[in-house]
Amino acid sequence: MAGVAQGAAAQLRLDPVVLRLAFVLLTVLDGFGAVAYAALWMFTPSESYEGREPARDWSQLAAYTAIGLALLALGLLTGTSGAGIGAWPIAVGGIGSLILWQQADPDRRQRWMTTTVGQVRQNRVRTLAGLVLVVVGAIGFLVANDELVEARSGIMFTLVVVGGVALIVAPWLAALWKELQRERRERIRQEERAEVAAHVHDSVLHTLTLIQRNASDSREVMRLARSQERELRNWLYQPQQDADASVAAAVRRVAAEEEDAHGVPIEVVCVGDCPLTPELSAMVQAARQAMVNAAKYSGSEVISVYAEAEPEEVTIFVRDRGVGFDMEDVPEDRMGIRQSIVGRMERHGGSARVRTEPGEGTEVMLTMKLEKV
Amino acid sequence: MSTVKVLIVDDHRLFRSGVRAELGDSIEVIGEAEDVESAVRAIAELGPDVVLLDVHMPGGGGQEVLRRVLGAGSTVRFLALSVSDAAEDVIGVIRGGARGYVTKNISGRELTDAIRRVADGDAVFSPRLAGFVLDAFASSEAPPIDPELDSLTQREREVLRLIARGYAYKEIAKELFISVKTVETHVSSVLRKLQLSNRHELSRWATARRLV
Repeated sequence: MAGVAQGAAAQLRLDPVVLRLAFVLLTVLDGFGAVAYAALWMFTPSESYEGREPARDWSQLAAYTAIGLALLALGLLTGTSGAGIGAWPIAVGGIGSLILWQQADPDRRQRWMTTTVGQVRQNRVRTLAGLVLVVVGAIGFLVANDELVEARSGIMFTLVVVGGVALIVAPWLAALWKELQRERRERIRQEERAEVAAHVHDSVLHTLTLIQRNASDSREVMRLARSQERELRNWLYQPQQDADASVAAAVRRVAAEEEDAHGVPIEVVCVGDCPLTPELSAMVQAARQAMVNAAKYSGSEVISVYAEAEPEEVTIFVRDRGVGFDMEDVPEDRMGIRQSIVGRMERHGGSARVRTEPGEGTEVMLTMKLEKV
Repeated sequence: MSTVKVLIVDDHRLFRSGVRAELGDSIEVIGEAEDVESAVRAIAELGPDVVLLDVHMPGGGGQEVLRRVLGAGSTVRFLALSVSDAAEDVIGVIRGGARGYVTKNISGRELTDAIRRVADGDAVFSPRLAGFVLDAFASSEAPPIDPELDSLTQREREVLRLIARGYAYKEIAKELFISVKTVETHVSSVLRKLQLSNRHELSRWATARRLV
């Protein structure tokens, strides 16, 4: 009907027909087949689990046997036969084991049994409830049959044996647990190592090969080494930043691109950070133009870029120690500074100043006021 | 100009010989060490003016050397020299007692200058270190515990900003109409604050920068 028989049969690797017949038989006899069916339908986890099919799960069979016993006892209690109080403990114990076994889906149970590791914690309450029910059932059974006194020595004996076994097994279990932890750590470490190895292979080894092939071209070697260094540093030290989202990240990216394009080292220092607005994007583009100019014309060995984001304004400085120039001598048609830097900044509500003298290097200062939101 | 006696501590032999070759005539390299143990021993035996100290080394790194040598009451001066840009390393080694921090791609001439400056008792900040310091002191929401130690003066901020912009001390002096000596005083004062300020923001900031 609800697929219970089929599901149970699948778990037990039995023919569903057998179970269906059993249900029908029980129903016909005293109506308990229907109750059992409903109970199983409610308690059995319905989601199918993925992965390797377990070997025939005999523990399941034990669970079903326990349920069967419990149901039988219930049947006797309420049914015509009226076997008296003696059947109650069996019912209680059976329900306890039902809870114990049904709460664990096969996957989790498999894990319990193979590794003794597992997320037992979240199930602890249920497990405890099940255990208590089983124990109460067992003791109740003995009490009901007036055999508790005779059984006492037997119980003591059992307890001693169980305790002894626990003592023997505990060190072994502990060792097993430690071994598992160690293996897990080892696996994590290996995964990490593999990731680092992959990264080094893709980047550093590749670049070193390129450098060997370009050994005669010192400029290219320099460019490759710089770009690899930057990439590695980013990977090691910089938080992952989205270059479209923040000013500092955008400045770093632009500087990296121009460094690659012109082969002149660009040292970037950023203080503070803020989200990238359209105005600030324009500012970063103006800074890029300043870097291009410095790299192309100044002859400077290194270019310094300093970007600072304060609550009210953002400033970017691009400085070289190159030849410098005389502002008066810059022809009207030179678009670089006038249009791409000064013009662009002013169009977006910022300002740009250029400080330069022949022989003194050049510094471009860009300022953009931030709008108060 | 008297020569400055320098001990180079670095675990890379190639790098040690490279630095040796690059340093100017006013610097005399009196020894080399390649790990924490040999560095501590060499400092005690040779008595250098300045120790060029690598940050990452076997046996605890530069900070361990600083701890053991300065902890024993030595007054030898340290200049940290490293490839690392990590804020944690930079701030860590400065707080450990180094009087300056420069990266290994520094030119021979600049390194010579930096060593002389440290030998004279001044501080040496690379642009990146200046940026870190500005960032660290700016990013504080909590009110300073000790106002004198926990915040930078306007002037110190200006000086640091110029260092971050790539200005040499001489250029900073010219820019701010002050003497080079005054620039050095400001930088030393920032160094002192950096080392003595016990506000936890500094370390927290440095650690936060490391989170990837």
